[in-house]
Amino acid sequence: MQEHKNTAVESEPAGFPWKQVIGLILSLALTFLALWIAVGLSLPVHVTLTLIVGLAVIQALIQLFMFMHVLEGTDTSHQILGLIFGIFVAFAMVAGTLWIMYFTL
Amino acid sequence: MENIKTFLSHFFVTGDPMIYGADASIALVSVAIVFVLTYFKKWKWLWREWLTTVDHKRIGIMYIIAALLMLFRGGVDALMMRTQLALPNMHFLNSEHYNQVFTTHGTIMIIFVAMPFIFGLMNIAVPLQIGARDVAFPFLNAVSFWLFFFGAMLFNLSFVIGGSPDAGWSSYAPYAGAELNPGVGQNYYLIGVQISGIGSLATGINFLVTIAKMRAPGMTLFKMPLFTWSILITSIIVIFAFPAFTVALALMTIDRLFGAHFFTIASGGSPMLWANLFWFWGHPEVYIVLLPVFGIFSEVIATFAHKALFGYVVMIWSMIAISVLSFLTWLHHFFTMGNTAPVNAFFSLSTMLIAIPTGVKIFNWLFTLNKGRIEFTTPMLWALAFIPNFTVGGVTGVMLAMAPADYQYHNSDFLVAHFHSTLIAGTVFGVFCGLHYWWPKMFGYLLNEKLGKWSFWIFMISYNICFMPMYFLGLMGMTRRMYTYPAGLGWGPINFIITIGAFGMGLGFTIMAANIIWSAIHGKRDTTGDPWDGRTLEWSTSSPAPEYNFAHIPVVSTRDAFEAMKEEERKGVKRRQLPFEPIHMPNNSGIPFIMSAFFFVAGFGFVFEWYWMGIPGLIGIVICLLARSFVYNDHHHIPTDEIERTERAAGRFS
Repeated sequence: MQEHKNTAVESEPAGFPWKQVIGLILSLALTFLALWIAVGLSLPVHVTLTLIVGLAVIQALIQLFMFMHVLEGTDTSHQILGLIFGIFVAFAMVAGTLWIMYFTL
Repeated sequence: MENIKTFLSHFFVTGDPMIYGADASIALVSVAIVFVLTYFKKWKWLWREWLTTVDHKRIGIMYIIAALLMLFRGGVDALMMRTQLALPNMHFLNSEHYNQVFTTHGTIMIIFVAMPFIFGLMNIAVPLQIGARDVAFPFLNAVSFWLFFFGAMLFNLSFVIGGSPDAGWSSYAPYAGAELNPGVGQNYYLIGVQISGIGSLATGINFLVTIAKMRAPGMTLFKMPLFTWSILITSIIVIFAFPAFTVALALMTIDRLFGAHFFTIASGGSPMLWANLFWFWGHPEVYIVLLPVFGIFSEVIATFAHKALFGYVVMIWSMIAISVLSFLTWLHHFFTMGNTAPVNAFFSLSTMLIAIPTGVKIFNWLFTLNKGRIEFTTPMLWALAFIPNFTVGGVTGVMLAMAPADYQYHNSDFLVAHFHSTLIAGTVFGVFCGLHYWWPKMFGYLLNEKLGKWSFWIFMISYNICFMPMYFLGLMGMTRRMYTYPAGLGWGPINFIITIGAFGMGLGFTIMAANIIWSAIHGKRDTTGDPWDGRTLEWSTSSPAPEYNFAHIPVVSTRDAFEAMKEEERKGVKRRQLPFEPIHMPNNSGIPFIMSAFFFVAGFGFVFEWYWMGIPGLIGIVICLLARSFVYNDHHHIPTDEIERTERAAGRFS
């Protein structure tokens, strides 16, 4: 009888990690694009904010799909629960902060 | 020559005899350590067995040693404050020094005592409780520890080199900003805490994966021991709360080092945003240090009442409810900053809601005790004392949660008494409880019961002498962070009593330290691996646990798995002796230590804004990361004859 090995990580299949390399290049490109929009262009403040928040959301998706194994794993319920809790915390933080700080705006 | 003199007088903290005393003792202790290691030829042993280890049990022990040392430092800070406040108009510390002392006391106690204590105990107990041979990412675990360690060292350096931070442990803007707080003190806070925070985040990820992926066959989620459950939930809170703090610290570092304006009114920043981000981490942090001790108490109370835990499932759902609510209460730390009424009302309610699941847990512990066969060992005493003492902290918390009333309590000693009631009666009692409980599993001998009980009673009574009067002192109008007060307000006698209590706690801790040393020499050896008649899997292996934890991975069919195995044995069911198989284990590595040392060098450079030192430090970190990427041979197998020898030596193979 084969004994239970009890290790979490199987050795990765060999091969060039194209996904990660593309993810890295895209992340860098988006970061510099955001920097250029904020510093290089002189757009009105709310336009700048909208654009860089949009870029941030794309950046977050790239992280999820390219680096954070969101489509992998045997148990999708883990992924779904994790995503739901993440969205909850992000919402609490952003909406809560806006609500709290509203009187100073 | 003159230049060097001015540089040195700024570089080293000068002018205070106590600091010179600290300089001398640091130098003496360092020389003594180097001498002992050289004399007994232990350098190689230290490097091979400890500094490069990736074994979760050894990392746990190192966390606990570091936490005990930091507890000593934070405790001395507390005694200095209490000496200054013992009588009206004392001249023991000046105001500036007092500010630094309460800042380092708070930061050290939360980040460099409570966190490593919890991390240490979970490193030791969780893999053993779930029947695993190590954590999911042993190398990352070593990185976490060394980042914490070097972050703590960087922070502690501040009081002899450059000057300590003095803006409180919460480091509020604008006072912590560059304009009002020049010098390097706040930089030490920002960078030291940031470095150890990276380690904490990695630990959270590591234990989430370990518990999700590495449980013994048959151990479904709802068959896990409650301590493991509490760590699972804590890990999730760590992962989601720490990034807020990381970002806040980074933004303030950018403010201070590069002249940005995130937290200054000038140029459109907002000082209140710091409080907002800080407490978005800071409140969940309270549960990061509390939920694990709830887990410890659940284990200890069930073990020493010799009963299964009452309301296991409800306990878990209470913790899950707390973890969700903990992200919705952060504003109650700054009710008085001028928020609108609906905001204060919402956060008032969400805060009071937390009392419900916490109350449920208190009752479950009481019902576990009900009709149990209670054994009053030292760990059990800590657990029993926790219930009433912590409840006082919880109830005063509900009082503080009422926003209108909070305008009265805010920043008074009432608040100080409240959070010490939760953090000492909760976290400190809990980690002391866990320390006594798992000590035999860590070292193979028991701590002495008599000394343990002396330290318990002295510490617990002194704690009440210290913090019960403090509630009334707060209601009488004394505010926190006052460095002195005039005679004639009626505060003098109460302050004196509080100081007596503080020194009593110091005495209790000293007895505990003496107990550790005494028991190391004379303590009762644990030859069975199960000194307490435990219920969970960590007691099924020998004490101290072998490198590979379990010669055979246990198979689990019920909760309290080890209790069930013992029950079967009592019924006479013989277990088949399976042949050993080679065990796959990770290799030790020096990279975590070296990389964290580079973090220290880089951090020190950035604290002083010496980029010639900071940037090479960062390059060193990158080189370590690259070096790790090219390590292909990262594991080995323990051969079966070595397992057989180890098991035979522990009396478990015949």
